[in-house]
Amino acid sequence: MTASLPWRAALVTVLIFAAFVLAWHIATRGTGAVQQMSPEYAKLMGSTATQGKSAMPGPLDVGAKLWEHVRNPFYDNGPNDKGIGIQIAYSVGRVMIGYGLAVLVAVPIGFLIGMSPLMNKALDPYIQILKPISPLAWMPLALYTIKDSSLSAIFVIFVCSLWPTMINTSFGVAQVRKEWLNVARTLEVGTFRRAFTIILPAAAPTIMTGVRVSGGIAWLVIVAAEMLVGGTGIGYFVWNEWNNLSITNVIVAIVAIGAVGMVLDLILARLTKLVTFPE
Amino acid sequence: MSGFISIEGIARRYGTGPAIFQDLWLSMSQGDFVCVIGHSGCGKTTVLNILAGLDAPSEGAVIVDGKEISGPSLDRAVIFQGHSLLPWRTVLGNVAYAVSSRHRTWSTAQVNAHAQKFIDRVGLTGSEHKRPAELSGGMKQRVGIARALSIEPKIMLMDEPFSALDALTRGTLQDEVRRICTGTGQTVFMITHDVDEAIYLADKIVLMTNGPGAVLAEIVDNPLPRDRARTDIHKHPLYYGVRNHIVDFLVTRSRAFNTTGHDPRNVPVVRPTHALT
Repeated sequence: MTASLPWRAALVTVLIFAAFVLAWHIATRGTGAVQQMSPEYAKLMGSTATQGKSAMPGPLDVGAKLWEHVRNPFYDNGPNDKGIGIQIAYSVGRVMIGYGLAVLVAVPIGFLIGMSPLMNKALDPYIQILKPISPLAWMPLALYTIKDSSLSAIFVIFVCSLWPTMINTSFGVAQVRKEWLNVARTLEVGTFRRAFTIILPAAAPTIMTGVRVSGGIAWLVIVAAEMLVGGTGIGYFVWNEWNNLSITNVIVAIVAIGAVGMVLDLILARLTKLVTFPE
Repeated sequence: MSGFISIEGIARRYGTGPAIFQDLWLSMSQGDFVCVIGHSGCGKTTVLNILAGLDAPSEGAVIVDGKEISGPSLDRAVIFQGHSLLPWRTVLGNVAYAVSSRHRTWSTAQVNAHAQKFIDRVGLTGSEHKRPAELSGGMKQRVGIARALSIEPKIMLMDEPFSALDALTRGTLQDEVRRICTGTGQTVFMITHDVDEAIYLADKIVLMTNGPGAVLAEIVDNPLPRDRARTDIHKHPLYYGVRNHIVDFLVTRSRAFNTTGHDPRNVPVVRPTHALT
């Protein structure tokens, strides 16, 4: 049998998944009653002690929980019990605002840095110092000045999304081929028109790569930020379920975070493809 | 010395080093097709860039149509060595970009119609909506020619436009450039390495000595008839005379050119008239 490569790859993917789930199932299943004890004592001790069952939920538990969440993602039973869909919507919303603002700020600044060697040199020390700061380090300062936990989370997303987009934009703009700029010069194209008709399309693939990296980082950081600020969001959900000792829900949330991150990246990859030109 | 285009004593040096070329005088009339031949490093491309306004001379000036040039202009179109098309635009988009730069008040329909005319003229009808990546090297260079022609410049500057093409494509494009340029009386300044190309295309062939310190050694007035054809040009009795004269220059005299008694303002004009057998 010689199936096409994508099909064979998909088969291997499924096999690996099946092996993983099987190993997981075997590792977490109970070993049966370990010793005789009075039913009341056994009730107190729970299945970990009475049946040798691991405290880690098995794949069937997680699968059932996941199905439960998927069937009813948007329920709202008060501040500590909201559906996973609502929590994800909160997180995605924060990322969209913080990250969207960051792109709006970073692209023009990156343009300026890329076009002006003076600004490149003048702003370089700031970027070099600000870039390596963990965005969460801004959190206390944000909470103190903004005095709103949700806005502080958005601010942290804004800060962490700035740098890759800004640096890639300036690089893309500075690397626009001399011959294309010469075409604009010989056609007496003005500065403004040149920026939009030559530099922007020429740098667009590089800019979009930065935008995509920023998007990935924003999604990484939102989970940690929401663990700190609490209230709503998928990060808060994870921490809340940890406090509830519901490992099943924590695992479900981890899977959900991965899935949403993948979708966000796919969307950005599609957008990057739109502005990429073959040479 | 005055003409339609007048290069007056230009030199170009970088930093404090010796000039790449110096005291260069050349006059061109309207409708002239001038080819420059010289070895690499003699500053041919720099001369062309100065004419284009992309580079500035260290000394001297260039006058075009009575005005000293001070930068790039739509009056002087450049066909670059690399085709330098904008890869994110289609063939029509690339030509239209030039047209709309020339005619800023035109509507899109007017711009596209004008661009289409020049795309047809270089024989690319049907490929308007292809992107440069989908075109062969020869087709890309055709787009570059259409783009330059479409702004109807006073002079076309070509920097080895065919050097990256295979011999067959090069021949076809030479035919078309000659047909279009002689047909419309276009003034052309072209750099080439190819002696045969220069003889086929140019009315005047300008020979430059080796750099640094290159000078304009002489101007060969092409004695071949204006209605020459590429296929039988080599059968013309004067062809090998001209060709050998230029090749001799490139092989020996370009290196050991004697500047005593050489007046850069009055470069000798040579018209090889003796036939070889």
